[in-house]
Amino acid sequence: MTNQLKKILLGDQGIVLIFIVAFTIVALLVPNFLTERNMLGLLQSVVTVGIVACTMMFCLAARDFDLSVGSTAAFTGMVAVMASNTTGSILVGIGAALLCGAFVGFVNGFVIAKFRINALITTLATMQIVRGLALISSDGRAIGINDPGFYQLALSKLFGIPTPVWILAGLFVIFGFVLNRTVFGKNTLAIGGNPEASRLAGVNVDKTRIWIFALQGVVCAVAGILLASRITSGQPNAAVGLELSVISACVLGGVSLAGGRATMAGVIVGVMIMGIAENVMNLMNIPAFYQYIVRGLILLLAVMLDNLRSSAFIRR
Amino acid sequence: MSFLQFSNLTKTYPGVKALSGISFDVRKGAVHGLMGENGAGKSTLIRILSGDQHANEGEIRIDGDVQAYGSSRDAFEHGVIVIHQELQLVPELTVAENLYLGRFPAKAGVVASAKMFADVTEKLKNAGIDIDPRQKVKALSIGERQMVEIAKAVMLDARVIALDEPTSSLSSRESEILFTLIDRLRAEGKVILYVSHRLDEVFRLCDSLTVLRDGKLAAHHETLQGVTRDQIVAEMVGREINDIWGWRGREAGAVRLKVENVSGERLPEPASFDVRAGEIVGFFGLIGAGRSELMRLVFGADPQFSGATSIDGAQVKAGNPRQAIRSGIVLCSEDRKHDGILQGRSIEENINVSSRRHYSPFGLLDRKREVEVAETFIKRLKVRTPSRKQDIVNLSGGNQQKVILGRWLAEQGVKVLIVDEPTRGIDVGAKSEIYEILYELAESGMGIVVVSSELPEVMGICDRILVMCAGKIAAGLNRDQFEENAILAAALPDVKQPTEIAY
Repeated sequence: MTNQLKKILLGDQGIVLIFIVAFTIVALLVPNFLTERNMLGLLQSVVTVGIVACTMMFCLAARDFDLSVGSTAAFTGMVAVMASNTTGSILVGIGAALLCGAFVGFVNGFVIAKFRINALITTLATMQIVRGLALISSDGRAIGINDPGFYQLALSKLFGIPTPVWILAGLFVIFGFVLNRTVFGKNTLAIGGNPEASRLAGVNVDKTRIWIFALQGVVCAVAGILLASRITSGQPNAAVGLELSVISACVLGGVSLAGGRATMAGVIVGVMIMGIAENVMNLMNIPAFYQYIVRGLILLLAVMLDNLRSSAFIRR
Repeated sequence: MSFLQFSNLTKTYPGVKALSGISFDVRKGAVHGLMGENGAGKSTLIRILSGDQHANEGEIRIDGDVQAYGSSRDAFEHGVIVIHQELQLVPELTVAENLYLGRFPAKAGVVASAKMFADVTEKLKNAGIDIDPRQKVKALSIGERQMVEIAKAVMLDARVIALDEPTSSLSSRESEILFTLIDRLRAEGKVILYVSHRLDEVFRLCDSLTVLRDGKLAAHHETLQGVTRDQIVAEMVGREINDIWGWRGREAGAVRLKVENVSGERLPEPASFDVRAGEIVGFFGLIGAGRSELMRLVFGADPQFSGATSIDGAQVKAGNPRQAIRSGIVLCSEDRKHDGILQGRSIEENINVSSRRHYSPFGLLDRKREVEVAETFIKRLKVRTPSRKQDIVNLSGGNQQKVILGRWLAEQGVKVLIVDEPTRGIDVGAKSEIYEILYELAESGMGIVVVSSELPEVMGICDRILVMCAGKIAAGLNRDQFEENAILAAALPDVKQPTEIAY
C-alpha cells in the first residue's frame, strides 16, 4: 500500500492529487475560505508569481535558473509608470516596459549561452544591476501614477473576474501550448535532459536558451506592469524575493531542478499551493513573521519531493 | 611459490559472461602482464581484484588467504591497490597531503605539517621519486601524478599493485622512470599486475603473462622466454569468425564523404580519408586511438584546428553539428549517456528530436507524425519497451543505443551515416538486425562509417577497414586483404609492420 501511494504521489499527477486533498481540507476547515470574495482575492494574489512562473518553468526545464525576475519586475514596473507619466500614453509606457524586460532577459540569455557563464551567477549579477537601475531611475522613491487609466489595468473586470487573472489564465494556456506542442518547447526539455546530446542532435542550444531568457524578461515586464498598476505606483523595492517564490512554486509543481522535466499543470498547481498557504495564514491571522517559516518549509518540502521523485525515477 | 592466486573466477553481467572460470597464479616478486583485446575481461578482472565488483564464482587468494572484500576500501586494507587510468588524487592539495589523505598525522585536530612533509620527503627519496612533496598535485605532469599514486601504494605497504595501462598518457621518458620504479618494487618482493596493450612494455617488464580472450583464459606463460610477439597477438585474437554478419557485396559509387587533413585539440595529427556512396568503411583501433575524436571532428561536434570535410563535393561547415546534419552527415555517438540520450524524456521525443524539423510547420508539432515515426523505429529496431512514452533512462543500454540509432534513421536526406560502436551492449539477434539495416542503407547509396573496437565485427561487415593507432590512420585494407593479425598489428602501438597500403 505504501508503495502504491508512493508511486501515485511521486508520479506525474502526484502533485495535482496533493493539491486536491489540501484544497478540500482547507475548504472544510478554514472559515471564509470558499467564498467568492476570498477566491478572487486568492487568484489576484498569485498573479505575479503565476505569470513569472510560466517562463521560469522554461528556464528550469532547460537546466537554467533566473534570479533576476524580482528586480526585472520592479524595474519594468518603474519604467512603465515613468514612461507613461512622461509621454501621457499608457501604451507607450507598456511598450517601453516590455522592451526593457526583453532587453534584460536577452542580456541574461546572451551572457549565459554565449559566454557559458553559470546562470545562477549571471542572474545573481543582473538581479543586483537591475535593482540598482530601478533605484537610480526613481532616485529611490516610489513614483505615483498620473493617469488614473493605468489603475484600470489591475482594477478592471471582465465577467466579474479581474483582468490580471484573465491575463494569468491566458499566459498559462499560451505557455502550456508552447511547452507541449511546439518545437521550441520540446527543444527546451531536450536541452534540460542533456544539453550536449541536444547540440549533437542539431538543436540550436544557444538560440533556444537566449529565447527562453528573453521571454522570461518580457513576462516579468507583464508582471511588473500589473503590479505597478495594483499598487498605483512604480516602487523600486517592489517584488523583492519574487524569484524565490516563483522557483518554489515551480519546484513544488514538479519542475525538476536537474532539468528536462516540467508540466504546465504542475506549475499551476504549485503556484496555487503557494497562494493558498499564504491566503490561509492570512485568514487565520497568523502573523507575517511566521509566514516566512511556513514558506521556507514548503520550499524545503518541494525540493525533497523533487529529490525523491528523481531517485524513484532512476531506480525504476 | 605462488602468492596471488585466481581460481575459477567467473563474472556475469546481464546477458554477458565477462569472465568465465579464470584461474592463474602469480609468484611473489613478479611483474605479471595481463593482455587481451578490448572487452576481453581485463578490466573486469581488475575490478574484482580491487573490490569494486564481486565475482559470481571463484576466489582470489593472497598469500593463501581467501580475499572477500566488500569494497575497494577493504581491498586497500588487505594490501591490494589498483592504480587506474584515471588517477584519484585531489588536484588542489599538495603531494604530501594527498599521500596522507584520510589519515593526516594530527594533534588535537591540528595537522602536524612539518612531520608530514619530512616523512613524505624521506619516503619519496627512498622510493627514488624526485617530486617536491609541497607541490600541489595540479602542478604535476600526468607522469608525476602516476608516481604519486605509486608512492601512495608503497606507503600503504601494498602487497599487490595493479596498474591499468599506466603508460597510455606518459612520454617515453616518463615511462622509463615508471619502469625503474616498477623494477625496484619487484626487487622488494611486491606482486605487480601490469595491464597493457603495448607488447614492447610487456617484454621489457614482465616475468610472466596471462592473455585473456572473450572472458576466457587464452594463454598463460610462466616465463616470457621463447615467447614471440606473433604468438601473443595470435593468442589475443585467435577466435573463429562465424558468419553472423551476412555481408553482401555492393558496387561503390562516387566519393560521398571527403575528409582532408582534419585535426583538432584531441587529434593533433591531421587525418584524411574518403567514403564512397554505398560503401561501409570500418574504423578499427584500440580505445584512445583517436577514432571517436576523428569522427567528432568530421561531424563538427568539436572545433577543427585544420582541414575540411565535404559531402558530394560541397563543403560542410566545420564545428557545427546543426549544419552538418543539414548537409547530410549524422553521427551516432559512442558515449550515449553523455552525447546521446535526453534524460527524462520519452523514447518518442528521443527519436523525433532531430528529424521533427522536417514535419513541424512553423515550429508546431505534428503529434500524429511523431507517434508514427516513434512506433516505426521501435518496431524496426526491436526496442524492448512497454510503450513509446517510456522515459529513456529506464531502458537498458542496448535499447537506448537502438533509440539513438532510430533518431538518425528517422532523419531525412542523410548521405553519410557515422556510427560509433553501434552494437555495444546489444544482443546478438539485434546486432544482425542492425547490420542488415546498414547494408540496406548502403545499398540505397549512403556512405557509412562504422567505428568499432570489435575486430570480428569490423571484419565481418565492412567493405574496407582503416586502422587507427595513436591518433593516426595507420593502415587501410580492402575486404580481400582482411587479415586479423595484420589489422591488430597495425592497431598496436609498438608492432609497426611495413605494410604500406594505399587508403
